[in-house]
Amino acid sequence: MIDKTIGSCREAVADIFDGARIMIGGFGTAGMPDELIEALIEHGACGLTIVNNNAGNGDTGLAALLREGRVRKIICSFPRQVDSQHFDRLYRAGQIELELVPQGNLAARIQAAGAGLGAIFTPTGFGTQLAEGKETRSIDGRHYVLEYPISADFALIKAHKGDRWGNLVYNKTARNFGPIMATAAKCTIAQVGAVVPLGALDPESIVTPGIFVQRVVPSSGMHARAA
Amino acid sequence: MSKLNREQMAARVARDIPEGAYVNLGIGLPTAVANFLPPNKEIFLQSENGLLGMGPAPAKGAEDPELINAGKLPVTLLAGGCYFHQADSFAMMRGGHLDICVLGAFQTSVYGDLANWHTGAPDAIPAVGGAMDLAIGAKQVFVMMELLTKSGESKLVERCTYPITGLRCVSRVYSDLAIVDLTPDGAIVVEMVDGLTLDELRSLTGVPLRPAPATRAGSPS
Repeated sequence: MIDKTIGSCREAVADIFDGARIMIGGFGTAGMPDELIEALIEHGACGLTIVNNNAGNGDTGLAALLREGRVRKIICSFPRQVDSQHFDRLYRAGQIELELVPQGNLAARIQAAGAGLGAIFTPTGFGTQLAEGKETRSIDGRHYVLEYPISADFALIKAHKGDRWGNLVYNKTARNFGPIMATAAKCTIAQVGAVVPLGALDPESIVTPGIFVQRVVPSSGMHARAA
Repeated sequence: MSKLNREQMAARVARDIPEGAYVNLGIGLPTAVANFLPPNKEIFLQSENGLLGMGPAPAKGAEDPELINAGKLPVTLLAGGCYFHQADSFAMMRGGHLDICVLGAFQTSVYGDLANWHTGAPDAIPAVGGAMDLAIGAKQVFVMMELLTKSGESKLVERCTYPITGLRCVSRVYSDLAIVDLTPDGAIVVEMVDGLTLDELRSLTGVPLRPAPATRAGSPS
């Protein structure tokens, strides 16, 4: 019997190593796997490279991981926000490396990694600072920039429900980066609101097929509400 | 001459959005356009974080932290609306499926170059989000901005001095003084507020402006 469920977030992140590249789902705090991140902070891995749309909001989740000094580099599209004070401090102190990527290129590069593509030509960013030094090409009269895939050692994502084979469905706009990050990491760990029996998820509505997911952890906080 | 206020600008943009259009409203000034879309027209609002058919803000107490817009504020979903992941959301932009995108700007060149993501100040933390994808993706990109800065400099310029978001991507500027179409051959004034002449507009902006065949003077409401 194949059972990808793991009892605790702490066990699920136990093999994350120093220097790992980790994708973290979420747009702001919607879809951010807060319990997995808390477990990662307790676990203690450092020198991490994080891929996320933002660079932490407030004091919890990714912001807490930054505050604790565990992140060496962040790859994101929108770090600066009213409540990104922990990132702001690290950035101004030169204690974190930032790779700024237009949001659609971030998505496309993650998707490219998951789909096994060697690179993509994207029109986004052509002629801007964010494409400086990058190879360009004109295709059918339109200008494109060569961008390389972004893959990861681990992806930490949040889903609404999952089953023991790793099939996932999401909740509203918390879906955001989850489905594509799941495809692009060697090990995808999903924090789910509820683990449901095989067959309980409508196969027509499964968003992330279980092949992309290695570990499923029921959320302690969300469990009652989602079930 | 009577400048349009922000609500009047939003109402003016809303008037040009046809029924059935797929539209993305940028963060800031453009968000207000939603308040003026006529309820008898079906217009599809897209939000880059992954929803189509976005509705108004929820009633107090009915906010859902997992149902938000690109500005991370709580919203609702209309009947018939749907959710999707980031790659699909940006395929809608880059793939040319969005009809109209309305963006704010620091500067726009008369040829349609857009600068709206970064001031370029050395101590500023850069952030880009979906701005570059929206700029080059939508079939029509409208910029909504006050034409002059607080110190009276024109934001419609010959060449952008702020860092570029996209080249030759803006089709039209809706401002508090005039509506200007931007083409590879330069700027064409299509509408001005009451009491403003083309020569006055030229002297305020300092850029070459041509009149449209039938430039309307008159109060856009």
